[in-house]
Amino acid sequence: MKRAFPIFAIVTAGLLTFALYEALVVAPTEQTMGDVQRIFYYHVPSAWTAFLLFFINFGASLVYLIKRNTKADILALVSAEVGVVFCTVVLVTGPIWARPVWGIWWTWDMRLTLTLVLWLIYVSYLVLRRFSSGSQTPLIAAVLAIFGALDVPLVYFSIWYFRTQHPSPVIGRGGELDPRMAHVLLINWLAFSCFAFLVCWSRYRLEQVKRDVDETQALEALLETRSVR
Amino acid sequence: MSTLSAITAATLQKDLRLEWRSKDAVNSMLFFSLLVVVIFSFSFNPTAEESRQIAGGLIWVAFLFAAVVALNQTWARELRNQVLDAYRVSPAPAVALFLAKVIGNFIFVSVLEALMTPLFIVFYSLRALGPGWQLIPVAALGTWALVVNGTFFAAMSIRTRSREIMLPLLLFPISIPALLAMVEATSSILTGENSAKFWIVLLAVYDVVFTTVCLLLFETVLNAE
Amino acid sequence: MKYLYAAYAATWLIHVGYLGNLYLRYKRLQQEITDLRKK
Repeated sequence: MKRAFPIFAIVTAGLLTFALYEALVVAPTEQTMGDVQRIFYYHVPSAWTAFLLFFINFGASLVYLIKRNTKADILALVSAEVGVVFCTVVLVTGPIWARPVWGIWWTWDMRLTLTLVLWLIYVSYLVLRRFSSGSQTPLIAAVLAIFGALDVPLVYFSIWYFRTQHPSPVIGRGGELDPRMAHVLLINWLAFSCFAFLVCWSRYRLEQVKRDVDETQALEALLETRSVR
Repeated sequence: MSTLSAITAATLQKDLRLEWRSKDAVNSMLFFSLLVVVIFSFSFNPTAEESRQIAGGLIWVAFLFAAVVALNQTWARELRNQVLDAYRVSPAPAVALFLAKVIGNFIFVSVLEALMTPLFIVFYSLRALGPGWQLIPVAALGTWALVVNGTFFAAMSIRTRSREIMLPLLLFPISIPALLAMVEATSSILTGENSAKFWIVLLAVYDVVFTTVCLLLFETVLNAE
Repeated sequence: MKYLYAAYAATWLIHVGYLGNLYLRYKRLQQEITDLRKK
């Protein structure tokens, strides 16, 4: 198990480098937007990864609600945190893409808006975890995660209808995707998924150590008060 | 089933009576709502044409602020007197307590809205170009959406630091689809340009989904505190 | 296009920033572990 991590890390680094090469060199230049369009190969996989991570958070929170399994709770925390990181990437690369193409920084585009709302929901989840005191934090956080997850389809539909009423520029491909572009997209998605897995793995181990340390410290404090008496 | 409604009714009556007797919280919130309307009217001073476009958003943001102020003190009385512990050990279903609180908040926020609306109409010279009666279901469904989640999140925030800021922090992101629906529905009705039907249906679905979830999970949250 | 490089750079900045944060937290934990061990 110990050796798997560095090996996987090297493989992932290789994949990411290869994916970057594909995105910058191999992929054909887009007709209307030019080279800027290559942001697409980072923007879209990050979005997919973030959504996947949030889905994992939903699953883990459900498991925790039903079984009160600590591992599920740690997984929920980890997937939310890493999900927010990837979400931030989407929200930063989106405007950087929109600016040269459309001349505006922001648009209430479907993916961007949905990502923003998800970002808000999961940041509030993380804040709850940080600010909540007491042993029941995992439970309350799991409840909030359920609320957030149930909200997502409603968010989707409300944005969808809003956009039919108020059309605005779409960030992203307007129509057919060149198969070569799809190929590069998938490679980048694979690379980023492996990267996300690595980051989650690291964060998970960190959280396990942290909880062990907290527990030990709590025991220490308990023993100290006992011995003083 | 009858015990549920009986307990809910009793708790609700108790809350309403207490509010009516104390009146200080009620009065300060009424005044706060008035202030919000006035400040918004100062800040956004459009023509009658433009006002119909933006009034929907302004009104609901104002209602939202007023609702948060009301929601923040939902459980304050219970906490002060350690009532929640009593509730945990009593055989009364926790759902009854929750429903009573939600209905109480709903009544209260509706009163605030009823007071703020004429002021908005006056300051912005509002007149609905679309079917004005549709504003009633929009207001009712929208208020319920805010209040049901707000009461629930207020309960979740009890054991957190910075309790007062935690409630809006949790409530606002989750309420985004409902807020969008409320604002767009109101704007559609005021300008008469589009149909608000989709938004009303969306609000209804939102209310059903989240009321169900709140009812199912309230007991868990209550016991967790 | 400099926007392209800005986007890619921003992406990695965010990721490296987060990983760095994790590393700092790890270091802090290690420190606490040595403190506990001393007791």
